[in-house]
Amino acid sequence: MIPRPLVLCKWLKRFANGCDRNAFLEKGDTLKCPLSFFLKSMVPEMIVQDWGLIDYTDAYERQKDCVQKVIAGAQDHLVLCEHPAVLTLGRMTSPDSLLYQRHEIQERGITITSVDRGGDVTLHAPGQLIVYPIFNLNKHGKNLKAYMQKLEELAVDLLKNFGILAISISGKRGVFVGPDKIISIGVGVRKWVSYHGLGINVSTDLSLFKLIKPCGLNVHMTSMQKIKGHEVLMKDVKNKTVELFRERFYD
Amino acid sequence: MTKIILPELGEGITNATIACWHAKLGDTLQKGQEVCEAVTDKASFVIEAPASGKLTSISVNDGQVGLVGGVLGTIE
Repeated sequence: MIPRPLVLCKWLKRFANGCDRNAFLEKGDTLKCPLSFFLKSMVPEMIVQDWGLIDYTDAYERQKDCVQKVIAGAQDHLVLCEHPAVLTLGRMTSPDSLLYQRHEIQERGITITSVDRGGDVTLHAPGQLIVYPIFNLNKHGKNLKAYMQKLEELAVDLLKNFGILAISISGKRGVFVGPDKIISIGVGVRKWVSYHGLGINVSTDLSLFKLIKPCGLNVHMTSMQKIKGHEVLMKDVKNKTVELFRERFYD
Repeated sequence: MTKIILPELGEGITNATIACWHAKLGDTLQKGQEVCEAVTDKASFVIEAPASGKLTSISVNDGQVGLVGGVLGTIE
């Protein structure tokens, strides 16, 4: 039987996905399977990259490069990484959001950096999976509200896959388990290309959050590991995250 | 004179808060340069200069709410 073109296209797409699915298991760029280069050229798909443990400012520069590429017509990029402990201060950071003096925080080996995004203070640290979807939203509905909603639904779904019941709360950024926040979401858009994204607390050292009011809110943070009571592998969370992004944005 | 307009941000979004202006009154802007950032529904949107020239007015200041399709400032 000869497959219909649409079916064939979908089959090729899934095959291409399968080829690069494990690419992010190693630090560095995507696409370890030579055949997937060929398939990529036929099927528009997102490029998945794992930048490993990378300094926040270095990642931000790389992110900006990716944004420029996508604006210029490149495929969407989905970047996964972790950052060494860093506090990022958004443009609307309240002076009350840092609960300790700057030097006391820095003495604990935590970098403080100002960033050109809206919002308040955020903490990133190893054990927190950072997901930067650098997507051309012209191809995904050109609607900020719908995009944010999609990210929140995806985040809730991700946790559900690990047996964690989470919710998004109207008017509040992020995803919560009971009163505690587990995933932070912050998005920027330039020429309808998205950047920044999600901070998923997989096994983050939660004591670090005591230094700040996360996002300027009086909220406690939690992690997947804390809720499950046993180790949650970063690799598994990465795999499921990529799978869900493919399902939600490309199927 | 060219108006800097708060663009359509998606169905159901009628306004956005101007988080900050990157340019000051009197600054010379290049077309495409980032002039301000609007925040709505948990996302921030960078707004660019629609033309080259001097920023001659700001109608919606930092922290104020602008209407979609409304004028945020002018360039001459």
